[in-house]
Amino acid sequence: MSRTLSAPVTVAFDYTRSTGPVLGRFLTGLRDGVVVAGRTSDGQVVVPPPEYDPVTHAALEDFVEVSSEGTVTSWTWVPEPVKHQPFDRPFAFALVTLDGATRPLLHALDVASPDEVSTGMRVRIRWAEERVGAITDIACFEPSDSPAPDPAAPLVAPAGAVDPVTGIVVPVSLDYTYAASPEESAFYRGLAEGRILGQRCPTCGKVYVPPRAACPSDGTPTAEEVELSQTGTVTTFCIVNVPFLGQRITPPYVSAYVLLDGADIAFLHLILDCPADEVRMGMRVKAVWKPREEWGTTIENISHFAPTGDPDADFDTYKHHL
Amino acid sequence: MAKQPAAVVGVGQTHHRAQRADVSMAGLCREAIDRALADAGMTLDDIDAIVVGKAPDLFEGVMMPELFLAESLGAAGKPLLRVHTAGSVGGSTAIVAASLVQSGVHKRVLTVAYEKQSESNAMWALSVPVPFNMPVHAGAGGYFAPHVRSYIRRSGAPTHVGAIVAAKDRTNALKNPYAHLREAKTVEQVLASQMLWDPIRYDETCPSSDGACALVIVDQDTAASSPNPAWIHGTVMRSEATTAAERDQVNPQASRDAAAALFKQAGITSPIDEIDAAEIYVPFSWFEPMWLESLGFAEEGGGWKLTESGATAMDGRIPVNCSGGVMSSNPIGASGMLRFGEAALQVRGAAGEHQVDGARKALGHAYGGGSQFFAMWVVGADKPTS
Repeated sequence: MSRTLSAPVTVAFDYTRSTGPVLGRFLTGLRDGVVVAGRTSDGQVVVPPPEYDPVTHAALEDFVEVSSEGTVTSWTWVPEPVKHQPFDRPFAFALVTLDGATRPLLHALDVASPDEVSTGMRVRIRWAEERVGAITDIACFEPSDSPAPDPAAPLVAPAGAVDPVTGIVVPVSLDYTYAASPEESAFYRGLAEGRILGQRCPTCGKVYVPPRAACPSDGTPTAEEVELSQTGTVTTFCIVNVPFLGQRITPPYVSAYVLLDGADIAFLHLILDCPADEVRMGMRVKAVWKPREEWGTTIENISHFAPTGDPDADFDTYKHHL
Repeated sequence: MAKQPAAVVGVGQTHHRAQRADVSMAGLCREAIDRALADAGMTLDDIDAIVVGKAPDLFEGVMMPELFLAESLGAAGKPLLRVHTAGSVGGSTAIVAASLVQSGVHKRVLTVAYEKQSESNAMWALSVPVPFNMPVHAGAGGYFAPHVRSYIRRSGAPTHVGAIVAAKDRTNALKNPYAHLREAKTVEQVLASQMLWDPIRYDETCPSSDGACALVIVDQDTAASSPNPAWIHGTVMRSEATTAAERDQVNPQASRDAAAALFKQAGITSPIDEIDAAEIYVPFSWFEPMWLESLGFAEEGGGWKLTESGATAMDGRIPVNCSGGVMSSNPIGASGMLRFGEAALQVRGAAGEHQVDGARKALGHAYGGGSQFFAMWVVGADKPTS
């Protein structure tokens, strides 16, 4: 058995970005099948356009249209693509200077082997079948036979944007493995046996539940295990009436700090078996466990805390825990 | 070596809104920066270093945003630092910027803090369930509501005091053209609003805002050409463990220690008599009386009496959050810097309609995490004598 417990966590959200006028102009162009570059005060033609001029720092307003063909200026091979990359087969990432631009754009180049890529090779944009106003409107670059124009075509301003892009949705999903500390792992394993285990700090004598690897007050490693009572006192609480994204308990519910008898710190849990508006500071409560067959190594083995029916604790007995 | 004198000569902020769909993150920062530079009579070329602050990266889903923002912030070729101390970050970012001048390392430092809350959902970002644990967390309101209940019990405050603060701050915001929520509120209206995290009502809660704030902080030679510098009389940051046995969650040790050190630095012996305007970080209305006690404006248990008496109103003995405060605009990362910047505006006589007449010394305050990080400064119209 591993000394520590671990479990997967996925943190995922669809972020809604405001593009601002400059990146919005670029993305509007992509949606319309046109590459819009920015011309900076030092004469550079940059794709995507920078939001602010690197020399004058003024907001960039000089947009020009550049070609959908260009020249590879550098590249790298991706032999083992990972999730969310442009292809699930080997491909190249290439810096491509589009005809008319002076600075390269980074994107994927769709070729079968690194033998088919070289600096100086000519490439063109392969547009996505459906364009929505995102960098993925350029599906990738692909090899092209047409030579660089000579002389270069004059730069022209892009046509006025109709229904410009102002925002994009960026889904982000991160997979983590959450690892509990050895002390927490012992606490969760205790819960799997129906016990609530804390640890006492050898320096200040305070009993922590859940146990920490070291006392937060004096830094001393904690080792002495203490089994705690299943009854305690509500020190303070709130009634959550507000629903929110990702919420796992249906409101309204009482989120309370419960100070177990024998512990020196309260922890948050749920109070049930009485109306929310009857929960009080000082109320005496006891752990109510789920049926044993539902237990795991989690504090959710304790379904909730419920009133014991005993008289409330005197304020003086817990006021230093607020 | 003694600290070099430093002063705020430029303050800029955005029009804070629920969503600023018209600008990117860079554009939001530049709106505040360009106003601060114009106020200081400077351009980005005059700036030696840039210090940027924002709250957790999960709020916008961009890791280390200072990297992609560098060019837009004018930081290419200059030192760029990023500061992070959760909700107090706007304050601690300003203090780090000030320290670069006070140490003599730089003469003209630009600092900016921002949050674009509309790109995500802070309630979600602050409540991601952790395996093995009880999923009872419910955002910042869920975190702070039990501690507000503790304050009410401990101090014996009448339950309408939170509503007095909310009505005052929302009404003050009518005089601040940059504020997000600009609506007159009465105590009765606040009390009638929905109970979200009992004992905290909807109208006793800050909004979710997009916004930024920027300051230009300079040495005394540069400040000499400013018509109205706000001199920095003291800066303090303190932190403490979020959870510890018998930790005071209502009036944390780090807060009390920070306030004591701050007023000592600033040569202030009676804050209520010597501070003319205070911008205190109050994201939930009850934190006004709580911080009044912790900061030493009132004795323990007396903060609510000060609030109830009207002393914290714009024409009161200690005007608190004349700008409308966090209760009216909460671009989280910027909220602390807004407090610091609004304090500077007061002593510069530049606060416009929400100016406190003749303000000479003002407090800017921020806190963050689980009341775990504290940042505060005192600014004055006069150059400090020591």
